[in-house]
Amino acid sequence: MEKTTNILLVGVGGQGTILASKILGHVAQNLGAEVKVSEIHGMSQRGGSVVTQVRFGEKVYSPVIAPGTADVILAFEKLEALRWLPFLKEGGVMIVNNQEIDPMPVIMGAAEYPQDIFRTLESAARTVKVPALAMAEACGSVKSVNVVLLGVLAKSLGLDEEVWLDALIHCVPKKTIEVNKKAFLQGYQFAG
Amino acid sequence: MKKLLTGNEAIARGAFEAGVTVAAAYPGTPSTEILENIAGYPEIYAEWSPNEKVALEVGIGASIAGARVLVAMKHVGVNVAADPLLTLAYTGVNGGLVLVSADDPGMHSSQNEQDNRYYAKFAQIPLLEPSDSQEAKEMLIEAYRLSEQFDTPVLFRTTTRVAHSQSLVELGEREEVPLKEYVKNAQKYVMLPAHGRMRHPIVEERREKLALYNETSAFNRIERGSSKIGIITSGIAYQYVKEAVPEASVLKLGMTYPLPKKLISSFVDSVETCYVVEELEPFLEEQLKAWGLKVIGKELFPRVGELSSELVAAKLSLGQSQHEVAASSAAPIPVRPPVLCPGCPHRGVYYVINKLRLKVAGDIGCYTLGATPPLSSMDTCICMGASISGALGMEKARGKEFARGLVAVIGDSTFMHSGMTGLVDVVYNGGTTTTLILDNSTTAMTGHQDHPATGMTLGKKQFKQIDLEQLVRALGVERVQVVDPYDLKAVEEALKTEVAIEEPSVIIFKRPCVLLKGHAPEGCVTVEQEKCKACGMCRKLGCPALVFKGDKPAVNATLCNGCGLCIQVCRFGAIREVE
Repeated sequence: MEKTTNILLVGVGGQGTILASKILGHVAQNLGAEVKVSEIHGMSQRGGSVVTQVRFGEKVYSPVIAPGTADVILAFEKLEALRWLPFLKEGGVMIVNNQEIDPMPVIMGAAEYPQDIFRTLESAARTVKVPALAMAEACGSVKSVNVVLLGVLAKSLGLDEEVWLDALIHCVPKKTIEVNKKAFLQGYQFAG
Repeated sequence: MKKLLTGNEAIARGAFEAGVTVAAAYPGTPSTEILENIAGYPEIYAEWSPNEKVALEVGIGASIAGARVLVAMKHVGVNVAADPLLTLAYTGVNGGLVLVSADDPGMHSSQNEQDNRYYAKFAQIPLLEPSDSQEAKEMLIEAYRLSEQFDTPVLFRTTTRVAHSQSLVELGEREEVPLKEYVKNAQKYVMLPAHGRMRHPIVEERREKLALYNETSAFNRIERGSSKIGIITSGIAYQYVKEAVPEASVLKLGMTYPLPKKLISSFVDSVETCYVVEELEPFLEEQLKAWGLKVIGKELFPRVGELSSELVAAKLSLGQSQHEVAASSAAPIPVRPPVLCPGCPHRGVYYVINKLRLKVAGDIGCYTLGATPPLSSMDTCICMGASISGALGMEKARGKEFARGLVAVIGDSTFMHSGMTGLVDVVYNGGTTTTLILDNSTTAMTGHQDHPATGMTLGKKQFKQIDLEQLVRALGVERVQVVDPYDLKAVEEALKTEVAIEEPSVIIFKRPCVLLKGHAPEGCVTVEQEKCKACGMCRKLGCPALVFKGDKPAVNATLCNGCGLCIQVCRFGAIREVE
């Protein structure tokens, strides 16, 4: 693990990006890597744009990811994927939850939700489209969207699922372990 | 054992390991989690104080009594606590006292980006700046030794990227530090003028001793690299430097006030070109240049916003090419500002304020989000507590008639923090404005911390609850009423009545935050499309649960909790509760 792996998690306040980054950080620790996780969460519960960053490797200095250096962007919402696209490196992977959450300017009618987001994403980078909300619902909790997406990420990174399940059990509330395990495996088995 | 901790969690752990027994704070991003985590250690008494000044004063008392103490706040909180801080610098401590200032370069969640390192220089107390979580923990433990050895409070400055970034931390054991003996010493702790005069020269001597100590302190280290480029740096900027310029020689300063002149001079002499890389103000650079050292700093680096490794590389023109970006979008991307949550009790109040076109002297908390469209109902927002006093100022400047169209808006926690004194001023100096206390029974913006009017402590102990209505009456306001903000008619009636009256009045809009456990209303609304005339009234609520795919709204059932405001604003009866 010489090289540093950079993963950007982007979404909307309330979607569970921060918990997801915590789990991912734990995974990196399980792998014996140096890891840094950075979050900005002042507005996290208020429907604002939320981004967390996970960097791991042999040696990590800055906790933040530079534009054009993310190996993977894990997007919890389509518009946020588009917003953070410039952070993806050439050859990077975009994993996107196929969900639309209108921001306030769109609700007010002052802006339009961009059309054809997937076309833009796909023409720019390898894009994995995930119906994570439906998958989470099928597992028993819409709140597990974040863990479904982590499952897809785990597969994409080619990392052993045991390491992830261990991190999951460490990080989620006890009552939700079963639902989250199910959600993770759904994501892991998802062929997008 | 190594654990992945944020800087804030690491500071809490450091306080635990250092044998701290008393800790106090008022919540403020990015400092809040320090006390929340300290509260998990039963060895430490931890409290939310009503404001930062009180928190520091509690800390000072505990220190004089012999305990090791931690006090935490965000950068602007230190402004509130500056009064006791500058005198604490004179008295010194008994048990070690560390004041954590969590600064916010880039203003991720703050009203300014002041550089609080100047407070150390202002108060003449040592300043420590960690650059990651492990260092935050280690430095904090050392800070207590420093505090007790030199009889001084220590300013411990983090920034958002240290406070809210996780990195691995090696956990240690707690050192049980017995209370220091309490000895009455009026000359040291009673700062009447004659005593203060005796203490000031001691502060000067202490600064000189600290500077000497800092020459060989383990807080600073030189990492030798190329002799062509030398970089002097501290805090998070160190990480950006290491990433951007791995080949450079680096003097990493951990204790940045008072500065070690010899160490720095010899480092500057040892390299061909020396840069100072620091976020925000030229705090280090100014001192170095005052000493006549040839360094390059703010000629290159901005005084505004955060630094980053790319910025450091670019400014030093090290030939690093810009990274290949996969692509960017050609389409305009709508911004996604934070908004009041679906069902937020503040929404109804702002909706009516907007409808009545009232002017609003605002304050700091979730309700500040009422400033943005479509509610657009806030004219000012300066600092905690400035709403009521600001409204009084507006009234005094423009007359009583102006006050008939003006309200001050403040939250319950903020009213406890520093709203009360403003209200006293309104009563005392004949103000007539109406104050709205948006009481959602918590400190919502920072993540639902308790305060004196919730009746619950940081340790979740139930205590006598301060009754806001009685309190306001006791402050001399005779016109006080409590109104449910979900009842738009009642909100409008109360507002119209109170602003029209020429005497001070307070309306307490009381409804717990919907995110508070067990307080969210249950239910959901639906839109009968055939009855909807697409008039757009419900759009003015700015509710994220109403989705417009055409002119007519639909309801996002996963977000809606049936607060019923949209039912009340719809003139055509098109919105109703789902049975």
